[in-house]
Amino acid sequence: MEIIDILLAASFWEAAIRIATPLIFGVLGALVCERAGVLNLGIEGIFTAGAMAGWMAVWLGAGLWGGVLVAALAGGFFGLIHAILTVPLGLSQHVSGIGVTLLATSLSYFTYRTALPDVSSPPRIIPFQPLDIPILSDLPFIGQALFSQTAMTMLALVLVFVTGWVLYRTPLGLAIRAVGDNPSSVEAQGLSVYGLRIGAVVVGSAMMALGGAFLTMSAFDAFFFGMINGRGWVCIALTVFASWRPGKALIGALLFGAFDAFQVRLQTEVGAFFPSQVFLMMPYILSIIALIVVARKADYPKALLVPWFKGQR
Amino acid sequence: MIRFEPRSNPGPVLVYGVPVFAAIFAILLAAIPLALAGAPIIDAYGLMITGAFGSVFSTSEMLTRATPLILTGLAAAIAFRAKLWNIGAEGQLYMGAMAAVVVGTGVIDGPSWVMIPAIMIAGALAGALMLIGPTLLKTRMGVDEVVTTLLLNFIVLLFVQMMLEGALKDPMSMGWPQSEPIIDSAILPPLLERMRVHLGLIIALVAASGLAVFVKRTVWGFEIRAVGENAAAAKFSGISVTKTMILVAALSGGLAGLAGVSEVAGTRGYLATDLSPGYGYAGIVVAMLARLSPVGVIISALFVASVFVGADSMSRAIGVSSYLADLIVAMSLLCVLIGGFLTRFKVRFDRKKTAG
Repeated sequence: MEIIDILLAASFWEAAIRIATPLIFGVLGALVCERAGVLNLGIEGIFTAGAMAGWMAVWLGAGLWGGVLVAALAGGFFGLIHAILTVPLGLSQHVSGIGVTLLATSLSYFTYRTALPDVSSPPRIIPFQPLDIPILSDLPFIGQALFSQTAMTMLALVLVFVTGWVLYRTPLGLAIRAVGDNPSSVEAQGLSVYGLRIGAVVVGSAMMALGGAFLTMSAFDAFFFGMINGRGWVCIALTVFASWRPGKALIGALLFGAFDAFQVRLQTEVGAFFPSQVFLMMPYILSIIALIVVARKADYPKALLVPWFKGQR
Repeated sequence: MIRFEPRSNPGPVLVYGVPVFAAIFAILLAAIPLALAGAPIIDAYGLMITGAFGSVFSTSEMLTRATPLILTGLAAAIAFRAKLWNIGAEGQLYMGAMAAVVVGTGVIDGPSWVMIPAIMIAGALAGALMLIGPTLLKTRMGVDEVVTTLLLNFIVLLFVQMMLEGALKDPMSMGWPQSEPIIDSAILPPLLERMRVHLGLIIALVAASGLAVFVKRTVWGFEIRAVGENAAAAKFSGISVTKTMILVAALSGGLAGLAGVSEVAGTRGYLATDLSPGYGYAGIVVAMLARLSPVGVIISALFVASVFVGADSMSRAIGVSSYLADLIVAMSLLCVLIGGFLTRFKVRFDRKKTAG
């Protein structure tokens, strides 16, 4: 009975969508990169950079949407580094991605510490506020669960449709998908394989950074060390789970968010019987299970991880 | 137009010089963040050098730092050779440390020559098992090991935290979540009086030499290299890819587990969740700087350890964030990647012909 009560509460779905939001940005970003044939393990660091840069910009007075833009630019910058190393230079996508994560994380921490040398408690900004849309926000249930989220959550949901539309309904999307499956055919059409791949990685990384920015500018109001805490890696797992489709990415992130919101509520019910760490492990365990479930039929982009060089047949 | 031409045979100067140049270049690049932080650059570099090499004490500290880095560097090097992307050395390190604590805090007691091998075996086994799991998932079911090993790092750390607040908690720790101390006979003894550098360094050096011989001179070593270079061809020539992968996983996870044993029984004396400041991840940098050579790992671990100890001491002295060390280490990974490219390819600048 109690479980049903939890699942039927609007506040539960409100939390689930809030938890899902950074993952939606992250999975969309990762799938754009991977559709073009580039695995981007820089994601964890790019989340950190987006969280720090966006927050810092707002803290310096750029305004919230200015912060979002700065976060996206920071993500694009680190994406460009990864893209140059892995696309024209064709270096190991695994190692370059880890390198970008280490670089983006340490640079973010260094910048934060240098700008704010001796603060004992992190300074706060005024984050995005819950929307108050006439009529919609007053609807029963869905008004609280969906239409009282912040503007960044709405942006994430819009991005799902935009990404899906671009990938499946435009010539550009066709080219991006082709460059991740069969780059030589794209070159034969007179399109630039390098240009498409680099562009996809830069744009995908900018989307990832928005996931980080959501954490410091919407879910919380400050930047903490270690706040990303594996969210980026979870997104890489969810991308496989979503079979590289934006719609399924949304469903995967929402399922994940629902599960996470559920375990937090379960913890208050039965927390006395289990150590808190058991609950904290759940998201990571769930991600691994999700990977195992889809592993057999996972349809990886065919040219994922495979470098391509100009003039190669 | 820029063109890349493959080099047929890069000479030894290029092969060995490039990682050194990449490391130096990364250190020089650190001048930019230093300048932006408003630090006196020349002084900062001077302080970094004296911080790592200025005295017997600082060199001992540097070697103490290098010890786990050699082991996690070897763990990454052997795995990456077989293209087993083990990014989970951090978790394997903690499992190794925890196994050492389970065995080495009084459950059994004996002379050092029994206890030290006992905790080493326990730690290596625990680390190995932590990687064999994801490896089996990869070979049997096609589950990407990068993501599973990465996620396991977080699971293990929470698991360690849980054990330190529960079954392994030291009742005498005044409420801190830490384990009971390792008993004296299982402690890795210091190599120099009143210094921290300990037997773990010798273990790490022996492990590096042993691995070098193993990779170069044994059939298994040959099979590992063959699988790494071309798994399909290796399979065709009768090598069992699955068996080789599991062997690699046992070695790699075991080495990372040993790093945990060395830290817990040599440096710290007890287990806490801040045992490793990311030695598992830094091991990847160490391995790449070493171009995956076991002997090279020793040199690159010394370099990374010097950066950490030198930059830490410099940042304390002039008040620059100690994240500078992590920044230099990350930059040296990216520099050595680009350097590796330049050893394999010549860069040519062609002038485009203009019509007319």
